[in-house]
Amino acid sequence: MEGAKAPSYVIPPLSFKGRGLWGEVDKPPMREIEASAITQVVAQLCQQANFELGEDVIAALKQAQQTEESPEGREVLSQLLENARIAKQERLPLCQDCGTAVVFLEIGQETHIIGGNLYAAVEEGVRQGYTQGYLRKSIVSQPFSARINTRDNTPPVIHTEIVPGDQVKIIVMPKGGGAENMSKLAMLKPGDGRQGIIDLVVRTVDEAGGNPCPPLIVGLGIGATAEGAMLLAKKALLREVAKPNPDPEIAELEKEILSRINALGIGPLGFGGRITALAVQAEVMPTHLASLPVAVNLQCHSARHKEAIL
Amino acid sequence: MINNITSPIDAETIERLTVGTKVLISGVIYAARDAAHRKLIQTLDEGDRLPFDLAGQTLYYMGPSPARPDHIIGSAGPTTSGRMDIYTPRLIAAGIRAMIGKGSRSAEVKEAIKKYKAVYFVAIGGAGALLAKSIKQVEVVAYEDLGAEAILRLNVDNFPAIVANDIYGNDLFAQGKARYRRNKY
Repeated sequence: MEGAKAPSYVIPPLSFKGRGLWGEVDKPPMREIEASAITQVVAQLCQQANFELGEDVIAALKQAQQTEESPEGREVLSQLLENARIAKQERLPLCQDCGTAVVFLEIGQETHIIGGNLYAAVEEGVRQGYTQGYLRKSIVSQPFSARINTRDNTPPVIHTEIVPGDQVKIIVMPKGGGAENMSKLAMLKPGDGRQGIIDLVVRTVDEAGGNPCPPLIVGLGIGATAEGAMLLAKKALLREVAKPNPDPEIAELEKEILSRINALGIGPLGFGGRITALAVQAEVMPTHLASLPVAVNLQCHSARHKEAIL
Repeated sequence: MINNITSPIDAETIERLTVGTKVLISGVIYAARDAAHRKLIQTLDEGDRLPFDLAGQTLYYMGPSPARPDHIIGSAGPTTSGRMDIYTPRLIAAGIRAMIGKGSRSAEVKEAIKKYKAVYFVAIGGAGALLAKSIKQVEVVAYEDLGAEAILRLNVDNFPAIVANDIYGNDLFAQGKARYRRNKY
């Protein structure tokens, strides 16, 4: 009814800020975040993650130096700590494999991204971060045929979650290829149970040997579905290193698997030793009554991730 | 004990190198990884001229991060050698005598190492910022279009590595694991 006066009984939408029929609406507007701000933060996080090893990882490597019995293993650990010092000081990548940019977005449902497409903004951040930071571009298109380098490390792998609140949390995790390659997904039978899980994880680490650059952080996802389990395993790697799962039953499983892994003798970089893994970090979700999905996502000692909140 | 050796590595030196020996390598090594291996094999298959003479040379499985303006190279640590296993016996037969990487090798590679008297070293994986300090000169030799996977001629000075497979059939990974493996935990 163009030009017609709105009938007086229409209630204005509460999410709309402005002059309603009864004056100013109380409800605050959606918080607005510029897409360009997201680009900027992603670019910074890509660099920071590649140059600065987390304090938790450094503490775990120092702890490992105390317990490692193998002289070769101890020497590797001290060189890794020296490498982390040089990388931070000179803003050089910790590892030449600057990884696939895995980006976790936690978007508060009260936020509104303006001024551009969210995923394009993240991708642009990866492009800028990897270019400005002199990080290696490791992504190839046509993976089973031509394998052509995309030259700017895009596209990233993006995982999005909508959460309560009006903030946006961004986590950038550069994930190296060597350790990712040794990861495993198994759809166990429910009857395989706890022991089946332990055997699978230990076998995965044993077969990987020195390839994934131990000492490792072992991300373990149990439950959900095939893809859900792997995402749980990856998210487990974002936890503070060696901090047990708050659920005592899961914490006990983590501890038992870690001691089994560290009895394998693989040691730092596979040269032989007691410290094959710094931590096993498990996340668990309910699953289908017919299933027991188990995902193992291996993380090398260069366990890189940095986050920011907008 | 640490041995200072020069690359290309001569046959007598290779005979002296046994598993677990720590070395500091100086001289010329060639960086080549996955895509460069594929191209080298393709060139051999087609009978074309290789971009450099393989005879007696050392390959380093490495693709660096880009150099900052005031540096000659970025981070430069080893990549997983196992992916090169399908190409390596052929390259050893064609003249390569030393490889530097990380992680263990296949039975076929170990056999070629014994047969042709070659050597496999490991460097510290994930210590790319530290290892870059031993690289003194960098020159692109071939396949510049591959970006980080181009073949590079590197001049290295005291590049640290450990002998992982020798001509006597020893294996650092198998020995290390056997020494520290426990059946009780």
